Amino acid sequence: MAKVLRKVEMNQGRTSSSDLATDFGISDDRSLELFLKTLPGVDQVGVEARAAELATRSIKKESKSWAIDMAISMVDLTTLEGADTEGKVRSLCNKAHRPDPTDLGVPHVGAVCVYNDMVGIARSHLDAIGAKEIPVAAVSTAFPSGRASMEVKLRDTRDAIEAGASEIDMVIDRGAFLSGYYKSVFDEIVAIKKECGGRAHLKVILETGELVTYDNVRRASYLAMIAGADFIKTSTGKVTPAATAPVVLIMLQAVRDFFDRTGIQIGVKPAGGIRTSKDAIKQLVLVNEIAGPEWLNPRYFRIGASALLNDLLMQRMKMRDGYYASSNYVSVE
Amino acid sequence: MSKDRIDVKKTYKLFINGAFPRSESGRSYPIYRKGSKVLLAQPAQASRKDLRDAVRAAREARLKWQSATAYNRSQILYRIAEMMEGRRLQFVEEIMAQASLTKSVAEKEVSEAIDLWVWYAGWCDKVGQISGANNPINGPFYNFTSPEPIGVVGVFAESDSSLLGLVRAMAPALAGGNTVVVLASERYPLSAITLSEVIATSDVPAGVINILTGIRNELTPWLASHMEVDGLDISGEKSRRVEIRTLATENLKRVADFGSSTSPNRILALMDQKTIWHPIGI
Repeated sequence: MAKVLRKVEMNQGRTSSSDLATDFGISDDRSLELFLKTLPGVDQVGVEARAAELATRSIKKESKSWAIDMAISMVDLTTLEGADTEGKVRSLCNKAHRPDPTDLGVPHVGAVCVYNDMVGIARSHLDAIGAKEIPVAAVSTAFPSGRASMEVKLRDTRDAIEAGASEIDMVIDRGAFLSGYYKSVFDEIVAIKKECGGRAHLKVILETGELVTYDNVRRASYLAMIAGADFIKTSTGKVTPAATAPVVLIMLQAVRDFFDRTGIQIGVKPAGGIRTSKDAIKQLVLVNEIAGPEWLNPRYFRIGASALLNDLLMQRMKMRDGYYASSNYVSVE
Repeated sequence: MSKDRIDVKKTYKLFINGAFPRSESGRSYPIYRKGSKVLLAQPAQASRKDLRDAVRAAREARLKWQSATAYNRSQILYRIAEMMEGRRLQFVEEIMAQASLTKSVAEKEVSEAIDLWVWYAGWCDKVGQISGANNPINGPFYNFTSPEPIGVVGVFAESDSSLLGLVRAMAPALAGGNTVVVLASERYPLSAITLSEVIATSDVPAGVINILTGIRNELTPWLASHMEVDGLDISGEKSRRVEIRTLATENLKRVADFGSSTSPNRILALMDQKTIWHPIGI
């Protein structure tokens, strides 16, 4: 197995990531595999039942109105289409800044998430409209498949950062992970993290829809956190199933346990398939119940979505006006 | 068949998006034979969330129903009449039970309801002919006016009629290409649910017709104020009419009010007249 490993030294990562690895007793591919394989297995029936139970919580009016604003401020407003144009990205930025132009009480979203070549356009437009506080997230490292050489992935990342991205959403090499080449995946994350340096936050996309088992989700979460991820993200949004409740629950457990052990607070970002306010509020319930209220903050929890924002705005209008809102009154993009 | 056989009673449920759900609230309310204490059924008592779901379904079905040809819509409405004919006995019995009517009166009502579907089915591809126009203008253009559906229509079925008042209210909106959310009569809702079973087997696309049973007073303000409803037919509603019209102003809903008349104008009242300019020679 060692022969397949790519030539990236683990120690090139942030100093704490190698210290972290040492703390977890990880020094080479054998010890990493041992660590991941000896993580407690996930009780599939239990986790699904727990997630389903939490989804039935009834949310009262005041809490709902708080939750809707919190969810809006957590949205990573995303457009990841081959057909993206500069104009579309600019209007997305406008929407990120003022989700409802008729109501300035609506908070701005967490970030704008675009492909690499759109980063510069998004950044300069956000600055121009006075939304310097909204970060631009770029999906790098040969998103969504991750099938490219390490040089390309590093260059991809550097490109995005130089264009103004302050958050990098990288994909892991699922093929390597499923083949058991954990060290290879680990080293890639370390290398990308080093490329990000202090300039950009690193979100690691596990693509849980391709990881097959809940055990793998837990393993990938730990692998990413130890390797230096600032966020762990469920999916690219290009694969279904994406951010299912049980998967998010397992990831939230992982960040909580990791925090208790190391004192480092890692964020979680579900992405894909969260389209309604109800879905978003269910996610917030999970965050509060599993990770804890410290994670109810856009710094530590984001929701990758595009259609969701309109539904949140419509719910907000309904609560404000007292009657059901219409999609005719929210922008299409 | 054994004498001890246990009755298999029908559960009267809502009709939303082509399915028959119970109310999300889990509620139902008792229906008695008119002027007596004989319990007939416990139909679902829809909540505002059921109404919201119904409007969402109607909104999503709009494109499918509008883009069907008028001829095709006509065939489908005629199909409803065909299917009703096959269920005639059930309709008659329900009307007799609910409204304490004699068999001959109930049969007459069913026949009239079926004939009304046929009549409106015929109008589907003819309203455009009687109200559309090729307008004379001073310039090298054609100028056409043609009626188009307004979208989602909220229909208040007549409250003192089991079947005929329901068909009278919903058929014109459908003939014009609108999708509908119908509030059934509060006292006589059973025919409405049986009609929805007919509709479910008549090639009507899911979501085009949604029927809610329940307490009018609960549902009326939510339907009248809903921003995704484009028009209302309040012919069958006798109370709170000013309030309904007031709530309808927020998004300028078209409000039609025809009493219990039958007329092609009922179709046109729930349609927009669209005018198109087209250069001659291109």
